[in-house]
Parts: sequence; C-alpha cells; structure tokens
Amino acid sequence: MNAPAAGTPETLAVRTRTVAPASAPTFGSRLGAAFAMFRNGKSLTGLAIIGFFVLIALFADVLAPYPPTKVDNARRFEPPSADHWLGTTHIGEDVLSQVIHGTRGVIVVGFLAAAIATVIAIAVGVIAGYLRGWKSESLSALTNVFLVIPGLPLIIIVASMFEEPPLWVIAAVLGITGWAWGARVLRAQTMSLRNRDFIQAARANGEPLRRIVTVEMLPNLMALIAASFVGTVTAAILGLTTLSYIGVIPVTTYNWGTILNWASAQGAFRQNQWWWYLPPGLCIALIGVALSLVNFGIDEYVNPRLRSAGERARALRKKGIDVNDAVTAVRSIPARTTTPDDELAQNPSR
Amino acid sequence: MTAIAPIPTGETHDDALVVGTTATRAVKGHARVPWRFLGSRALFYLFTLWAALTINFFLPRMMKGDAVDQYLARNRNVSPEAAEALRALLGLDTDKTLWQQYLDYWGLLLRGDLGVSLLHGLRPVTEVIAQALPWTIGLVGFATIVSFAIGTIGGAVIGWRRGSRLDALVPITTFLGTIPYFWLGLLAIAVFSVNLEWFPIGKAYGVGSKPELSLEFIGEVIHHGTLPALTIIIASLGGWMLGMRNMMLTVLDEDYITVAQAKGMPNRRVLWGYAARNAVLPQIQSFALSIGFIVGGTIVMEMVFSYPGVGKLLLDATNAKDYALMQGVFLILTISVLVANIIADIAYAFLDPRTRQTEA
Repeated sequence: MNAPAAGTPETLAVRTRTVAPASAPTFGSRLGAAFAMFRNGKSLTGLAIIGFFVLIALFADVLAPYPPTKVDNARRFEPPSADHWLGTTHIGEDVLSQVIHGTRGVIVVGFLAAAIATVIAIAVGVIAGYLRGWKSESLSALTNVFLVIPGLPLIIIVASMFEEPPLWVIAAVLGITGWAWGARVLRAQTMSLRNRDFIQAARANGEPLRRIVTVEMLPNLMALIAASFVGTVTAAILGLTTLSYIGVIPVTTYNWGTILNWASAQGAFRQNQWWWYLPPGLCIALIGVALSLVNFGIDEYVNPRLRSAGERARALRKKGIDVNDAVTAVRSIPARTTTPDDELAQNPSR
Repeated sequence: MTAIAPIPTGETHDDALVVGTTATRAVKGHARVPWRFLGSRALFYLFTLWAALTINFFLPRMMKGDAVDQYLARNRNVSPEAAEALRALLGLDTDKTLWQQYLDYWGLLLRGDLGVSLLHGLRPVTEVIAQALPWTIGLVGFATIVSFAIGTIGGAVIGWRRGSRLDALVPITTFLGTIPYFWLGLLAIAVFSVNLEWFPIGKAYGVGSKPELSLEFIGEVIHHGTLPALTIIIASLGGWMLGMRNMMLTVLDEDYITVAQAKGMPNRRVLWGYAARNAVLPQIQSFALSIGFIVGGTIVMEMVFSYPGVGKLLLDATNAKDYALMQGVFLILTISVLVANIIADIAYAFLDPRTRQTEA
C-alpha cells in the first residue's frame, strides 16, 4: 500500500489509490469485452459442442469411414457392428458416414441463414428504432407482417419452385423468412437506447449517424444480436431438417433430415431399426441443446436476475428463511458469536 | 400526514379504513373505448391481410410447371381441347395482363370463390378445405391452449419457488423443445403405436368408420388424437415455461410485490393477482406472434401422423402443383393466424389497462 502523504486523511488515500495507470486496451481485451456474454459456464459448454460439430463438418471427408452413398447390397439393414458402427441402411449405406457428411449441410445452412437473417434484422431493427415517425412505423409494420405470415408454408411453397435448390438458396429462403423476431427485439432496445445520455451527447457533438450507430449503439446491442443470431441458427437448423424430412428439399445433398426422410420412407420406425433413426435425431437435439445453452448464458448476462434470483433464494433457505415469506423471521442472535459485520451482511436493510 | 389536504372527490370518498389498503380494484370510471388503439390495430391487420393475399397471388405465378400438365400426366385420356378448357376454367390462360389477373383474383376472393381443386376431382377448394379445417383446429387448437396454460401456470410456480428443485424443469422442457418435432412424433409412433400398441398409427379415426355423432366415433377420435396432441404439448411446453419463469423472476423483484407482502396479503394472492398477472402480459404477446410457428408445426404433425387436416392438404397440393388448393390453404392459414392475433390483442387490452390508456 502506498504510504499516505503526511497530513492527508487515510480515507482519502484509500479512495484515490485505485487510479492505476490504465493500460491501453489491447485488441485481445477489446475482443474479450465484446464477447463478454459468452463468458459463463453455460455458454462455453454450448459453444464447445457447436465447435465439435463444426470440426466434424470441416473434416467430414477424413472422418467418415465410407462414402455416404456407397451401396453394399450384401449388408442391408445391419445393426451396429465393428465394420459399421451405426449399422447400415436399406441398401447397405453406412449410417455413421451419412451422419458425418450430413453435418456439413446442417452447419452451413444454419449459420448462413442466421447470418443473412441477422444482417437484415440489424438493418431494419436499428433503423426502425433510431428513426421516428412514419418511417419507423412502416418498418415496424413490415416486421410484424413477416412475423405474422406463417413461415413454414411459405418456405414449402417457395422451395418447391426450384427443381434442385442448392444449399445457399435454402439458407437464403430460411434467412429471409426468419429475421423478423430479431428485428423486433432490436428495435425495442434501440428505442430505449436512443434517449440515453451518451447517445444524446454523441448527437450533440455532431457525430454522423453512421458513427452513432456503429460505435455508440451496436456495442450495446451485441448481446441481443448474439441472442437473435443463436435463435435463428436453431430455427434454421430445425427448418432445414424439417424441410428435408418432408421431402421438399431433394435428397442430393445429405443432411440429418434427409437421413430421417429415407429412414421413415423405408419403414425404419416401424421395424425398430433404431440405429438408423436415432443418431440423426439425437444430433439435431444435441446441437439444439448446445444453442439453447448459449442463449441461456446470454440471457443471464443481459438479465442477471435470472441467475441471482435462484442463488439468493437458495442462500436464504440455507438460513431457514423462505424467500416468499412476508414475515421477517425474528431469530435470537447467539451472544457474540457473530461479529457486527456478519450481522450487517445478513440484514443489510438495517 | 400529507401536507396537501386531499381534494374531496364527492361520492367516491370512502373511509380509508373501510376501503382498506389492500384494495386491488381500481375505481371503475367510464369505460373508454380506445379508438386510436383499435384503429391502428385494424389498419395493421388490413395491411397484413393485403400483403399476404398479394404474396398468395404471386406464388403460383412464380412457380415452374403447370397444374394442368401435372393433371394430364396423371390422367392420360384427356384430349387437348379438354386441357385448354381446363386451363380457361382455372384462369391459367395467360393472355390477360398481370394486373387484370390480379383484379380478377380479388374479385373471385371477395365472392368467396377459391377455384376448383384438380387433386380432388375438380371439387371447389372451399369445400375441400372446409372438410379438413375442423380436424386441424380441433386438435392443434386444443393442444396449443393446453400447452400454453400448463406452461404459463407452471412457469409462474417455478418462478415463485425460485431456487428450489423445480428449477430443473426449465432445462428439461427446453431440451424437449429443441428436439425436431417430426422426430419426436415418429419416435412416439415407434414406441407407443408399434411396440406398445397403446395407440393407433396415425389417421383421425379408424379405417372402417365414418364421421358421425356417436359416442363410439368420438371415443375413436380421442384415441387417435391423443398421441399427436401429447407430442405437440411436449414439444411446445418449454418455450411457454421458460418465458413465464423469466418474466416472473423480473416481476418478483418489483417494489409492488414487496409492498403487497408487507401489507400481509396471502401468498396466493401475491402470486396470482400481482406477480403472475403482470408477468403474463409478454406471454400473451408472444402467444399471438407464435401462432404462425404453430401453423407451420401443424403441417409437420399432420404429415407424421397422416392426420386429415389442412397441413396435409397443403403438402399434397404442393407436390401435385394444385395451385388453387395451395393458394386456398395458404389463405386460410394466414386468416386464421390473423384472427388468433386479433383475439390475443383483445385479451391483452383486457389484461393490461395501459394499452387502453394510450388515448388519455
């Protein structure tokens, strides 16, 4: 501790001491601050699972033991064995290889669709939130129209316009129909930010609109943007696999939904060929869990009450107080076993 | 005591001790009709309806392939003249301008004429849809309302008993919600219909029976509908529960909850009358907005369980390029979403006085 200069009260020294030479923010620390919403156990677990699937998608060719469509008529409907870890299909294809190759389509479409949707959501949401008057209202009305029009029927109809839609077309359709929710949330948050002091100050300084939006507003919207991105990835993955299962998307590119389409069409569900229909479904569920873990983490970052409420209630219960009990419990304090500080910490309202 | 003397308000001035500090009913004034609010909502719904109907008009015109070609491929003994007549009947003769077609489309719509369905032997589309709609509304409407009620009430209780073991329900139901619905349905069929044989496989009623109003038939419908309804409830419960619980945690921190408890109100009243009543508002809004997703889920459910509703109609129509039926189903789906939104709006205005007060 620095020795206080003679004559200054000690409290002053304590108060002023904390002015450490602030090191210039490095790129790393800035990056860390921008992604602070991911720095908690739940989000990290989810991100790790997603990273695992991304790696599988990248190295599918190396990891898969067989080509996904290699027909082997001698070994049809085989349960898992040493040769085929997840068994074979009705024409002897290796299920494990199909699942591994199927990861690629799911990851690509999921993230591409979410990227498209997020860009539209940011553009529409932030502009609608920042502007006032009829421009804002009409953008908001557009958002609501996209929210209200039933999405899946529209996607089915649009996707059937293409004979062989490539992956990016599917991603684009899913993205264009899936941005509205994010835009709505971002608009609400931008409207509340618009009147905060620092935005007013930036405007009074005469900063251009572009700078106000990108430098002042976007960093404060990052958590919401991340949450809507994650939500759209989930929706896009569910959408893609559902469309593939329905058979709207042709079966040329393998993804988990396509495998389930084949399994269902060949009666795997009625003949208990679990090795065929369980793995792809579990993969979709696992990636869905990972994405919702990330979102739980972001939610708790945005609204700390979600976590602290439970912790506080548990701490109270440990002391024998029900959090919902309106009557303040009067307890006899054991003589001088607690220091006044402890007591203060327990009853801060005193 | 207050420094400013209370202004005597005439008849409504009651003794504070008689009224009590726990008065929860606001003094009933004249019920204002919030015209501005109603007007802006009506305008929004009209605009959405117009947008949806216009999309509906353009969809088949953007699609490749021709309904009549598909029809001819299925029925080989149709002469070319008959094919031409069919085209004229379906409004597919393209010598009219797009604008003229658009006007005709509106004219037909306003007369309630949705054309004829090629897939169902040239029967009117309205008739085909009218046959399928009750099944969808009955099953999906019931399952959705049950799921919303269980999820919201459950979420309120979980939020109230924060920090208890009930917290574990939230991740569990969320996990069930991330499972793709069609897979859940297929699994349910594999387990409960194929292996355990508790429920029949798909369809709304048995093969031999005809729709009639008898106890036997109703029992059959319930038996067939249990599995689809249960899977819908299981899949959608998580979202309602999570939303309500998160909102409860926020509301329970508000001062008016503390005040209500300090006044010595029974916990039940604080939970349902104060906390849950305020926390449910965003739920109702998201209910309105999620109806579109619910309708999408219907299609998948009806495909998995081969249930004879409108979702299955849409899929079949899309595969067969039966445009009139496709347009009709999309129209019906959009209108039902809008109607559900209007109902949710009215419920919201009833529950949240602030919406009504924007006028004042």
